Amino acid sequence: MRDVSARSAWLVINAALMAVSLWMIFLWVPTEANLGVIQRALYFHVPVSIIALGAIILVAIGSVAFLVSGRPRWDWLAHASAETGVLFGGLALVTGSIWARPIWNVWWTWDAKLTTTLILWFIFIGYLMLRAYAPPGRQGARLSAVVGIIGAIDAPIIYYAADLWRTAHPSRVTGPGASGSLESEMALTLLVSTITIVSLYAYVLVERFRVRRSEAEVAELSKELQASGIPARRSDGGAPATATGGD
Amino acid sequence: MGALGPIWAIARKDLLLEVRNRDIVVSLVVFSMLVLIVFNFAIELTPVNVAVVGPGILWVAIAFAGVIGLNRSFVLEKERDALDGLMLAPVSRDGLFLGKTLGNAIFMLVAQAVLIPVFAALFDVDILRFEIGVIAAMTTLGFAGAGTVFAAMAINTRSREIMLPVLFLPAISPLLIAAVEATAGVATGGSWGASSRWIQIITVFDAVFVVGGALLFHYVLED
Repeated sequence: MRDVSARSAWLVINAALMAVSLWMIFLWVPTEANLGVIQRALYFHVPVSIIALGAIILVAIGSVAFLVSGRPRWDWLAHASAETGVLFGGLALVTGSIWARPIWNVWWTWDAKLTTTLILWFIFIGYLMLRAYAPPGRQGARLSAVVGIIGAIDAPIIYYAADLWRTAHPSRVTGPGASGSLESEMALTLLVSTITIVSLYAYVLVERFRVRRSEAEVAELSKELQASGIPARRSDGGAPATATGGD
Repeated sequence: MGALGPIWAIARKDLLLEVRNRDIVVSLVVFSMLVLIVFNFAIELTPVNVAVVGPGILWVAIAFAGVIGLNRSFVLEKERDALDGLMLAPVSRDGLFLGKTLGNAIFMLVAQAVLIPVFAALFDVDILRFEIGVIAAMTTLGFAGAGTVFAAMAINTRSREIMLPVLFLPAISPLLIAAVEATAGVATGGSWGASSRWIQIITVFDAVFVVGGALLFHYVLED
């Protein structure tokens, strides 16, 4: 029960942080002079993009540790991180597009960072599809660990190639290329929104990790039940299994 | 024989099988030519833009056909459980990987030896040159290395026909970009030096995926 209340407290803290962030982003921070209101998207876009990148690194770490140690908890971490990475990567792509439409006058451009983000997003969608289609248990975990490692190794090559590709072509993007320093109020808002998003990410990651662990426990229990000859109940709907071959 | 013996033995097995039934190379050639023809209708090619757009069409055709060939190469192993026999053979997993990669690369290269002259004739692009041979051979090595890892994975999943391209195509995107740009550089009469940065990317990709594939392959085919 203490565990449940700790998580509830964390959820409340997340909600409070989010409320403060929203207030700062939409009411408190001054509007940027050149870009206008849309610049406020930055306070969401930057944190979710950083997290999407961090999630890929976490998938790779979990995958390597799983292949080396064989302990399932590393696999749960990699899987949970891939799911949250796809979620936050998707948010990064969407918030970036919302920003790009008024500023660049296009929803999308094949800039190196955008291209790399999109391709990595697809690689990790492939990772999740592989998890769904691969045989359950250790074999699926091993295969997806290999994909997780390859995705992370591939990332710098994709970025380098996309970067060279873009610079080799004339760019029609005339956005604010110069990355000047932010006003102190903007920097503070970005800091608070980053803390908020990181906290939200960590919460989601931990929740998914626990789901993975519960799934593994359920699989273990139903295997034990079957071994002992008692008809197992299906874990999804709670309906009794009709035929479990309990002979 | 040495360390290369088992690698060559596996590649030779695939080549021998291919010489007898010509399954993979014929489907690679036919499919990639169809892709060329479809693109010809989809994109208005003129003598002005063909040297720039053409290489993209060529490499898309090769990549798509590659997916089919790689899938086929492992479906053959899966049928009648030949893969289990291979895994029982006294060959290390990295040897198995390198042998399959070599075989797949040779299939793709043979298909390209037919496809590229046809492409040059159909679209009137001046690419029948030594440089293109080097670019094609190096790119094909990367395709085969990455493709062998993913095909060996996909073969053990449900709906493997979709799993291979979903994993393979995004992963090879830097290789595809580099191959297209290097080929376009040569086709538009650019200097060899202008393509060298793209060749570097191809080299890095090849090294990473051949070495990485060899190291990781025993996790792909375990038990």
